[in-house]
Amino acid sequence: MTRWRGRLLAGLLIVTGIVLPFGFGSASGFMNATIIAVAYAVMALGLNIVVGFAGLLDLGYVAFYALGAYSLGWLGSGFFFKAHIHVLVSAVADTLPGVHLNFILILIGAAIICAAAGALIGLPTLRLRGDYIAIVTLAFGEIIGVVAVNGQSVHVGGGMTLTAGNLGISAVDAPYFPGIGSFGLLDLRPWYWLIFAILLVVLFVNLRLRDSRLGRAWVALREDEVAAVSMGIPLVKTKLLAYSIGAAFGGMSGAFFGTYYTEVNAGQFQFGFSIFILAMVIIGGLGSIWGAVVGGLALGYINNYLIPDVLNGLPARLGLNFQLTEVEFGIFGFLLVIMMVLRPQGLIPERRRRLELTPPDAP
Amino acid sequence: MSPIQTPAPPAVTVLRAEHVTKAFGGLVAVNDISFDVPQHSIVSLIGPNGAGKTTLFNMLTGLYRPTGGRILLGERDITRARPDVITQHGVARTFQNIRLFGAMTAVENVMVGHHARMRAGLFGSIFRPPWVRREERDTREHARELLAYVGLREPVFDRLASHLPYGDQRRVEIARALAAKPRLLLLDEPTAGMNPQESGVLTEFMRVMRDDLKLTILLIEHDMKVVMGVSERVTVLDYGKKIAEGEPAVVRADPAVIEAYLGRQE
Repeated sequence: MTRWRGRLLAGLLIVTGIVLPFGFGSASGFMNATIIAVAYAVMALGLNIVVGFAGLLDLGYVAFYALGAYSLGWLGSGFFFKAHIHVLVSAVADTLPGVHLNFILILIGAAIICAAAGALIGLPTLRLRGDYIAIVTLAFGEIIGVVAVNGQSVHVGGGMTLTAGNLGISAVDAPYFPGIGSFGLLDLRPWYWLIFAILLVVLFVNLRLRDSRLGRAWVALREDEVAAVSMGIPLVKTKLLAYSIGAAFGGMSGAFFGTYYTEVNAGQFQFGFSIFILAMVIIGGLGSIWGAVVGGLALGYINNYLIPDVLNGLPARLGLNFQLTEVEFGIFGFLLVIMMVLRPQGLIPERRRRLELTPPDAP
Repeated sequence: MSPIQTPAPPAVTVLRAEHVTKAFGGLVAVNDISFDVPQHSIVSLIGPNGAGKTTLFNMLTGLYRPTGGRILLGERDITRARPDVITQHGVARTFQNIRLFGAMTAVENVMVGHHARMRAGLFGSIFRPPWVRREERDTREHARELLAYVGLREPVFDRLASHLPYGDQRRVEIARALAAKPRLLLLDEPTAGMNPQESGVLTEFMRVMRDDLKLTILLIEHDMKVVMGVSERVTVLDYGKKIAEGEPAVVRADPAVIEAYLGRQE
């Protein structure tokens, strides 16, 4: 019974997700906010594996947003202008210099690059616990940001540099699919379906991993590291897998943002973004998959629709001399505090935590 | 037929510690200890608080690296092996202060104990081919059987470990250790906090487990009634040194042991 209900619910959600854009203007602000919110949800799902499942507090998740976006910049634009590599791209991109791969290939490339980087960042944290992990990952997030800014002075040969710093890698390719054509910015619906498809894939992987040998190993490590290794769980491998998979999802979302924003600029990758994603995971419910989705969507809509489009003029109407966008971080902080007071387990708590918070004798 | 009695085969040694030493800075917690654990036996490790028993356990299971000496599991040198590798080679343990995964159910705890025996990796977990489904199902069933085996009843199987009463948590911990299918089971004060009747039941159960599962058991214990009742050999530690070893009755009469526990009479 519950199984069929679950499938019905999942089917309903997918259909709703697919037909959703028909209710709104194809280039409306709401459509734009929805696309960004769904991409945030993908990132929240990635971070949830690291922080929620494995219990490794990562304050440098922005690093994978950056690496994913740069993967797109490197593999899908004229940035490396000496190279001429074209795989399954539009007729226009086919004639341009640079590396131009199909978006799906870039997505896979970004996932692989970020998974490798995730393992690399994970390595020095293996011997650390709790707060110390947070400090090391925080430092890595900052390092990537600085490398992104100064990458324009790092020469990789032939007059080409590693990044374009604050100038940004612009003129990146829009996604192109044979038979569909290139995505344009006048019709946002294809973008939405693309990121929605990515969300479904990431969601599927999350759900499968949660109820698996690997998922149990992560939770065991989170609960008691000593007992977990004594039960035969290899510490290094299991932790690095958590970092790598979380990073890969962040990278996929980052690659999408790269092409959606049509540029990859070092200024995008600030520390605050790591905290923003972490807030999504916490507000949704640490360790909860559906919580991460809801948290990502909620903060995405609040940040990109509610505050700038709907409520922005509110203070002015009340006779106050500021705009709501100027205090958005204050609003998020306030929301976090309210959440922690009223519902510390998050909007949709993880099953285990829900059990933990119910008294054992309750029916 | 032969009138000449064939001598009993020499007992196979499951675990051998050779001159094992552990120093924490200037403090020598375990000092040059050697002892054997024969196959299919129940051996007790006793000694006053702070004698180095748990430190020794932690070295046997790979949580600490010995400062000196060797530890052999059968023929294999496991002195510097990682804890998860040692578990894979057939050693499982429980902890003095119960260390269950509190946010997991009893069944899930035992399923974690199966980890080293399962094969599903990253892609197996994601794509879940038939053999992974079968492995999951078999593991879950086996976990429930183990919980029943250690004397728990169906209703508690799916309760969170942290919500179970103390005695049940001890049982889940034993089931979790058994899930790794060990040859050697290390129990760190399994009867701590139990009343005499409960520890009597557990003592009996240790023998049953040993015979059913062809186990060798090494336990740390403070309850002398349990020690004398269950063990075939006793090793006594005091201040990190081995001060006596042998059959329970002999050890009990040893003046050095009496002195360690009761102090010297002037």
